[in-house]
Amino acid sequence: MLAVRVLGVLGILFVLSIVVFAMLHLAPGDLVKNLLGNRPSSPDAIAAIRARYHLDEPLPVQYLQWLGGALGGDFGESIRLQTPVVDAIADRLGVTLALTGLAFALALAVAIPLGVQSAVHAGGVVDRVASALGIVGLSAPTFAVGLLLLYVFAYYLPVFPVYGAGDGGLDTLHHLVLPAVTLALGLGAIVLKLTRAAMLRELDADYVTAARARGITDATTHRIALRNAAIPIVTGASLVLTFLVGGTVLAETTYALPGIGTLLQDSVLYKDLPVVQALTLLIAVVIAVIALLADLAYLLLDPRVRAKGVSA
Amino acid sequence: MTAHLEIRGLRISGPAGEVVRPLDLELRPAETVALIGESGSGKTLTAKSLIGLLPAGFRAEGTFRSGDQVVALDQPDAAWRPLRGRRVSLLLQDPFTSLSPVHRCGEQIGWTIDAIQGRLPRRERSRRIAERLDEVRLPARAAHAYPHELSGGMRQRVAIAAALASDPSLLIADEPTTALDASNQAEILDLLRALQDARAMSLLLISHDLGLVRGRSERVLVMCRGEVVERGTTAEVLSDPQHPYTRALIAADPALGAPGPARPVAAGGDREPLLAAEGIAKRFGDRPVLDDVSVQVTAGAVLGIVGESGSGKSTLARCIAGLEREDAGVVRFAGDVLSPGRRSRTPDQMQIVFQDPYSSLNPMMTIGAILREALATVGRPASEVGAILGQVGLPAEFASKRPAELSGGQRQRVAIARALAPRPRLLICDESVSALDVSVQAQVLDLLGRLRDELGLAILFISHDLAVVRRIADTVTVLWDGRVVEQGTCEQVLEAPEHEYTRLLVAAAARENTGAATRVATKGTP
Repeated sequence: MLAVRVLGVLGILFVLSIVVFAMLHLAPGDLVKNLLGNRPSSPDAIAAIRARYHLDEPLPVQYLQWLGGALGGDFGESIRLQTPVVDAIADRLGVTLALTGLAFALALAVAIPLGVQSAVHAGGVVDRVASALGIVGLSAPTFAVGLLLLYVFAYYLPVFPVYGAGDGGLDTLHHLVLPAVTLALGLGAIVLKLTRAAMLRELDADYVTAARARGITDATTHRIALRNAAIPIVTGASLVLTFLVGGTVLAETTYALPGIGTLLQDSVLYKDLPVVQALTLLIAVVIAVIALLADLAYLLLDPRVRAKGVSA
Repeated sequence: MTAHLEIRGLRISGPAGEVVRPLDLELRPAETVALIGESGSGKTLTAKSLIGLLPAGFRAEGTFRSGDQVVALDQPDAAWRPLRGRRVSLLLQDPFTSLSPVHRCGEQIGWTIDAIQGRLPRRERSRRIAERLDEVRLPARAAHAYPHELSGGMRQRVAIAAALASDPSLLIADEPTTALDASNQAEILDLLRALQDARAMSLLLISHDLGLVRGRSERVLVMCRGEVVERGTTAEVLSDPQHPYTRALIAADPALGAPGPARPVAAGGDREPLLAAEGIAKRFGDRPVLDDVSVQVTAGAVLGIVGESGSGKSTLARCIAGLEREDAGVVRFAGDVLSPGRRSRTPDQMQIVFQDPYSSLNPMMTIGAILREALATVGRPASEVGAILGQVGLPAEFASKRPAELSGGQRQRVAIARALAPRPRLLICDESVSALDVSVQAQVLDLLGRLRDELGLAILFISHDLAVVRRIADTVTVLWDGRVVEQGTCEQVLEAPEHEYTRLLVAAAARENTGAATRVATKGTP
């Protein structure tokens, strides 16, 4: 089963690489001009550029040349940065990973307990405050929240830095707090809603009534219900995480963080083909891996799925 | 003997006013009191009010005395907590939903032990879990099983072990066997009796089924629309019912009432069968579900197919209807061979009525739209909706209603009307009355009998309940583990069963006799 899934992912990546490659070449604008940059456009220079980037070859051949390199781990050289694509991405990856990891952890740490409490005391004060927070989190645009947080916590109350990724370690963490909170707000709102809905359904189930009737404490009962609610929550959280991977660009731009998001933005603007191509595939791989992990989590969480998986 | 538990002035009101009229109830140690009522009678609310678990919007009044402790039924949740488990415990109807599906059975019993004992050392806790499992006659390894790995009867045993692990003085059992097969029902009730005797526990047995409590309870309360209409010793109430409602319940109960009126039997003889399935075999993966099963039914006759869950009776129906493809065998309809699958069948040959009228009707469609859709499959005009509603005894105004506005019996009538719309010659009823209350069940059975006579329908009537089959079937086929173990006229099979399994089923259905007998037996062996 796992092998089938991995083959499927590889197929998707292959098709995606063709689509991205084709779109970048079909998009308006002259590649050669971009590649020349400020240099004078003598016929010789143009010819040299065309030869260097194999632009005179038919598109399929260009694609196959790229694919051959990519399979060997060589994604070409960034046109804009004049460094190997792999190095350009590796430089930026750490910040983005730290940012998404922190945002995801923050969102789960707040949203799940709050969602559980909202469901347990449905209609109560906690529930109403949480649902108000949820509406704000869902409807406020990331950049607006980012600017607001910057104004309040970096300018008015200078607790956190305004921009940049810091010098590593705790300093980086300090720099990432505001961007992570910005991202976590929208993310957490969705997880909160999912948790509340799933818990409400489970708390209404017969096994919860049966457990309460045998004198089992509320804390244990809620734990039992949450364990059952974990299946829809994990599905939701993994979906949300895939959005997060593609969505860091707004937070990174607002906080001027040198991450994958800003790299992608700049590369698209400069038509830095090799970088865009590699980044798109990287994001697709990450999303596929998250989806795969979510499926594996079902096996862990639901013994019924486990039984079917074994017999199938 | 002094009263052990006393409930005084129990009254429940809900959003729509009073739902349970004031009632008093006493339970002595080791005594069983049965509370009988159909759905909507307030019996389940009464059960929940005695453990402080009424749904939101409902409020109980009255007092509950256990020994020297008196509590008000409307006390806050926090005051109920120390009573739950220790004094009162609750066993729910459906063992498929009353256990958490993602936790192992032993763990679920362990929670009750934790709640009473606090955290025990791991080994001691496992030992006690095994003890509780042994009490309900399950092996210790059941502790490591997930609920879905156990049968319905075994799950209900786990639920009983979990409910009794706190040694309550009162167990409220809300329809504890309704979701189980006939042979399991008797076992579970006997087990409850044995456990009750061993610990002098009182049992409040709640059921819709008067026949079930004969020989299994000392006293009976009959509840109708929130009011106790009759109470007394079980023997008195069953043999000499005073209230018309009790009489109606007893008459409607197929296990207690007389068999259906004798009818000139249309089956058998020299008439050509409308449907003949010969040598049907089917496997799911490497598991055989049907093995060389042959049945036949003539027009105007009812063939009852009896078996417990897992016997293959539904699979047989699905093969005949083309919803499942048989691996071997031949299905003949009016002499023509139907190849496996739906392609060779037309809507006017046969139709199915399923068990659960709550899920077999699309909740978003009106009854009229549902029926128009069915009429359109054979090109009948929409104007006939009123006529087919009339055929199943529903007024034409029902066409504008949605399923949610209808009772279970009315929905099942709609499902039957939908099945009749293409004018089929064979009607397959797959447990079609199992989800209904006894009195509604009787009405739907009467309807099916009338339709058979008026339309000359052949009916394939599948049920786990022999008593219901006896009411309507002309011939009976008993399936066990995918094989036919007995076949014949209804009288032959039910009055003089030859196969051991049929005898077991007949004994389980005629509970009035076995109930008392097994009671004595379990008392003899502690």
